[in-house]
Amino acid sequence: MKQDNAMTTPFVDQYDGLKPALPGHALPWMTALRDRALDSFAEAGLPTQRRESWKYTNLRGLKQLELTEQALTPQPISIDRAPSLLPDGSAYRVVFVNGGFRSDLSDLAGLPEGVTLGSVAELAESQPQRVEALLAAHRDTNDQPLVALNTAFMRDGLLLQLEAGRKLDKTLEVIHVNSAENGVFAHNARNLISLATGSEATILEHHIGLNGAAYYINAANDVTLAEGATLRHYRIQAEGENAVHTSTMNGQLAGGSFYDGFTLSIGAGLSRNETSMKLTAAGARCHLNGGYLMRDKQHCDTTTVVDHLSPQTSCREVFKGVLDDRSRGVFQGRIVVHPQAQQTDGHQLNKVLLLTDTAEINAKPELEIYADDVKCSHGCSAGEVDHDALFYLRSRGLSEDSAKALLIQAFLAESVSEISDEALHDVFLNKISDWLAI
Amino acid sequence: MLEIKNLHADVEGKAILRGIDLTIQPGEVHAIMGPNGSGKSTLAHVISGRDGYDVTEGEVLYRGKNILDMDPEERAGEGVFLAFQYPVEIPGVTNTTFMKEALNSVRKYRGEDELDAMQFMKVIREKTKQLGISNDMLKRAVNVGFSGGEKKRNDILQMAILEPSLAILDETDSGLDIDALKTVADGVNLLRSPENATLVITHYQRLLDYIVPDFVHVLAKGKIVKSGDKSLAQELEKKGYAEFTDQAA
Repeated sequence: MKQDNAMTTPFVDQYDGLKPALPGHALPWMTALRDRALDSFAEAGLPTQRRESWKYTNLRGLKQLELTEQALTPQPISIDRAPSLLPDGSAYRVVFVNGGFRSDLSDLAGLPEGVTLGSVAELAESQPQRVEALLAAHRDTNDQPLVALNTAFMRDGLLLQLEAGRKLDKTLEVIHVNSAENGVFAHNARNLISLATGSEATILEHHIGLNGAAYYINAANDVTLAEGATLRHYRIQAEGENAVHTSTMNGQLAGGSFYDGFTLSIGAGLSRNETSMKLTAAGARCHLNGGYLMRDKQHCDTTTVVDHLSPQTSCREVFKGVLDDRSRGVFQGRIVVHPQAQQTDGHQLNKVLLLTDTAEINAKPELEIYADDVKCSHGCSAGEVDHDALFYLRSRGLSEDSAKALLIQAFLAESVSEISDEALHDVFLNKISDWLAI
Repeated sequence: MLEIKNLHADVEGKAILRGIDLTIQPGEVHAIMGPNGSGKSTLAHVISGRDGYDVTEGEVLYRGKNILDMDPEERAGEGVFLAFQYPVEIPGVTNTTFMKEALNSVRKYRGEDELDAMQFMKVIREKTKQLGISNDMLKRAVNVGFSGGEKKRNDILQMAILEPSLAILDETDSGLDIDALKTVADGVNLLRSPENATLVITHYQRLLDYIVPDFVHVLAKGKIVKSGDKSLAQELEKKGYAEFTDQAA
């Protein structure tokens, strides 16, 4: 793959200078891992539109960020309270500010036994073998240059590991607060989640950015679910209006495990949320759902790849997009049913409301089916707010704006209702109402 | 109460209404009958403010105000209500949410206080009881999975809640069996008062057995070609519309 030097070099050039200050520098395996990742990234380059899976999303905007050594060493900002979405005491809380863990804002009191929860950077110091084993579960490849970039430069992130049969008794709220008030910065967050046999956790992840100057967040998430484990993983991406946010999730789902994912994207000037799930044994289930609400010139890319590698696995995707002004959405949904994966059940739906003539959606569902006994469906639609419904509501007294808001809310509620933890529906419905009220 | 003067309206450049004059006084029930394509539904839509119609001439005065420049929601606030030929299904919005928003919008327009959830539930229970409508309908998404009869009953419930002074029933009888028709007609009759007027638009006479009109008008090719009392409806039932379509042509 031919690389775009202008965007790749700033990262590569800073690596040697930054290396001594990166977490785990004293660990030879960590340094070796980073070196390999940097080579892989340097060879592949930052993804450009020449790459098929990046056809509709362009990271050119990153050129405008001056990624000096200082910018790649994010400075803390002063903040004395994390904007939590859940009442105090009702959830465990892990807070990162400009990428760095803030134990003073976090709440890990009363964690059950068999649960390891905390900062990757801290645990790389105190329990290096644990971090090494978790990072080893994923291998950097040329297919995912952003993950390689992340591995080379990662500083901190969430580590959650559950021993067999353990259940996290409260929702884990993970808050990432970002602001470029102390200058432009780029941060590579690495989140490692591993649930052993039969264990269970619910995560509410919230990315909040203050408006104003641009910054770049490149997150990588490694998720491993052993037999019968359940992870409910709900995310809100509300970065600042000029931010660039890329997130790549790689998941491995063993037999009988269940990943229930929902991502609501409302922030960032440009964002890409890429998820790659491998269903490796019978009974593995994966739900990838979400909503994207964009206005002005925002751009949001949702890319999913689900690999059915074993018989009797299932996936379900329901994404809803609402695009206003000149905003742009991308939905690429790929489902691969490998030859041995008989009795796969795959379902994918992407529906978009275009509120203006200038909003745009690029949708690309891809089903690759190599087995013959499978149930697979996909649906894609883009349209305007239903005129008949709009008139019906207005004829009953609702103003045009409230009628529209009610219809959009109802449209999005269908995807929110996919969230299996019903207690969290309101968190998402409230975010959606807030967005509509602007 | 409602004065329609020389109303002309086009749809996509084609003249559909070609000079309608009609005056309705409080307490009256008027029926507009006519063959398919005569402009009956267009008239209902123009009065209630649906877009897609160009009024090229004439005016519609409602309680002395020209309502043609008003948005549909303003007309609803003024007291105009349209019962739809095909009530629209709205997935994801419950009937309760919808009706509460509707009632509060209209109350706000009329300068009345908005109702909170408790006060609203009181109103709605009263109205469903009055109309003999089951409360089950309230929790369901608006018209989704409703039978034809349920959809029309739901419209009548909305009418009861919004308390309009002019109700326009646009082919409310279409798709209804005789029992559903009776229930709907009973609802309309219950809501009639000396202050309110009703405009019934229908192709068939049978609805008028249950909602008895004071005046019957025959609409053909965009004009009212004959007016009379309820006996005109019976005459039409026997003879059909042939004579009027010929006459208008």
